[in-house]
Amino acid sequence: MHAIISISGLSKTYASGFAALKGVDLDIRRGEIFALLGPNGAGKTTLISIVCGLVRATAGRVTVDGHDIVRDYRAARALIGLVPQELTTDAFETVWNTVSFTRGLFGKPPDPAYLERLLKDLSLWNKKDAKLMMLSGGMKRRVLIAKALSHEPRILFLDEPTAGVDVELRRDMWQLVRRLRDQGVTVILTTHYIEEAEEMADRIGVIAKGELILVEDKAALMRKLGGKQLTLQLAAPLEAVPPALARYGLTLGKGGAELIYRYEAETEDNAIADLLQDLGAAGIAFADLHTTQRSLEEIFVSLVSERAGADGNGRGAGEGAR
Amino acid sequence: MNWHAVRSIYLFEMARTRRTLLQSVLAPVITTTLYFVVFGSAIGARIPEVEGVSYGAFIVPGLIMLNLLTQSVSNASFGIFFPKFSRTIYEILSAPVSHFEIVLSYVGAAATKAVILSVIILATAAFFVPLRIEHPLWMIGFLLLTAVSFSLLGFILGIWADNFEKLQLVPLLIITPLTFLGGSFYSIDMLPAAWRTVSLFNPVVYLVSGFRWSFYGSADVAVGVSLGMTLLFLGVFAGIATWMLRTGYRLKP
Repeated sequence: MHAIISISGLSKTYASGFAALKGVDLDIRRGEIFALLGPNGAGKTTLISIVCGLVRATAGRVTVDGHDIVRDYRAARALIGLVPQELTTDAFETVWNTVSFTRGLFGKPPDPAYLERLLKDLSLWNKKDAKLMMLSGGMKRRVLIAKALSHEPRILFLDEPTAGVDVELRRDMWQLVRRLRDQGVTVILTTHYIEEAEEMADRIGVIAKGELILVEDKAALMRKLGGKQLTLQLAAPLEAVPPALARYGLTLGKGGAELIYRYEAETEDNAIADLLQDLGAAGIAFADLHTTQRSLEEIFVSLVSERAGADGNGRGAGEGAR
Repeated sequence: MNWHAVRSIYLFEMARTRRTLLQSVLAPVITTTLYFVVFGSAIGARIPEVEGVSYGAFIVPGLIMLNLLTQSVSNASFGIFFPKFSRTIYEILSAPVSHFEIVLSYVGAAATKAVILSVIILATAAFFVPLRIEHPLWMIGFLLLTAVSFSLLGFILGIWADNFEKLQLVPLLIITPLTFLGGSFYSIDMLPAAWRTVSLFNPVVYLVSGFRWSFYGSADVAVGVSLGMTLLFLGVFAGIATWMLRTGYRLKP
């Protein structure tokens, strides 16, 4: 699958001297949902802003469907829709006018039928004649999405789409993103809500301090870094792990009431069966058991803190992670 | 050319005028009427003819110029400053629109408004004083060129300003004084020789003089010089605006 957005050696140092991006290389695949994760100030918005033409890069090159974003900006930008992080709207405009305005701005002739469908999809149709200042925050967010989609872009950037958004809208937005993907639209979203990336993304990039420390298929990432844990609620508490079970590296929890086994999901298929057999042989009875998987959030936190620690030692975990 | 975009921005800007019809149209008309009542009738009656024209009629071109300059500058500066201020400008900057198209639509809309106002003021003036336009084509030419030039200046100002105070500052401290001292209400021939020389450094003198010539056929400076200066302003302002957009000055970090 060839890349729809290709970023190479992208750097940005602001006039203040702050280096927001340090030589980022990234390929976004056609039709995927890509989540860019990172803490505040990591460079997520700067990256998006450069691709969309809002910020000038200090170095590096970006192409969108083969069009250089500087030399061939018209072709590149026509393909892109951007939903910014902030709720920036013209207070006095109506929903219909502002969405029509954006469509024109992106060089498309008016198409009332398409806009009607779009507004209906976003539950905005009955508000089409309302002035933007009369709308709630969630509604404004919907309007920004409608604007970004008004010119039928092939790529949609969602910068922190669900920051401060209620559950219903968040669910609607996730549905919308999946629908867009089904139509072949490439979606790039930035978020620091890991659950969002976990829920929607095909691939995940983690950015910290202006460097991309990891790009991976979500499933592979979860498998690779997402260790699993089996917890057994014991019928009777143990003082210590019996020597017969030493090879499993078990630990005790809740004052001996729980026996905890950590393992990698993809290795040792028989390990759990073996463990349970050995438990029976050792005469340890358990009342209940459950397994948990490390969430993306935990993976993310450990990656970023690993990174922060590595910076001091001069050698980052980034190289290995890529 | 992305004509859909030019049309969208232009119509958006014109719609803003319709929403604020009272301030944008009525206010300048009332102000101008006051000038006519005070200078044209009350004081003007005691002032002899200037260059063969009654004083009331003499000030008409200057008054229109005064309005044309302030309206061009304020319309255009607000037009681009406001999206910058409300941050909706992200849309313009991320759109497939060239620098020329951005300038064309914003400056075009501002100039259109300024010209419409000038025509309204001209019509208002016709109620108060006998008007005569000797060179109508030149009149229209000066009107359009000045409107475009100073809308460009407003556009530059709107990009430069980072708060509302600065936006008001230039019209208040520079444009208005220069217009008042630029022979809007008098012929610079009436000044002592030394001040006449000083006046020649005031760019507005050339605009007012050329415009008045198109009405009454008399001018403070040769009409060719006025035209040349007007074109010079157009060139300089267009150059600065282009430089600003090209370098992303105060628009793109």
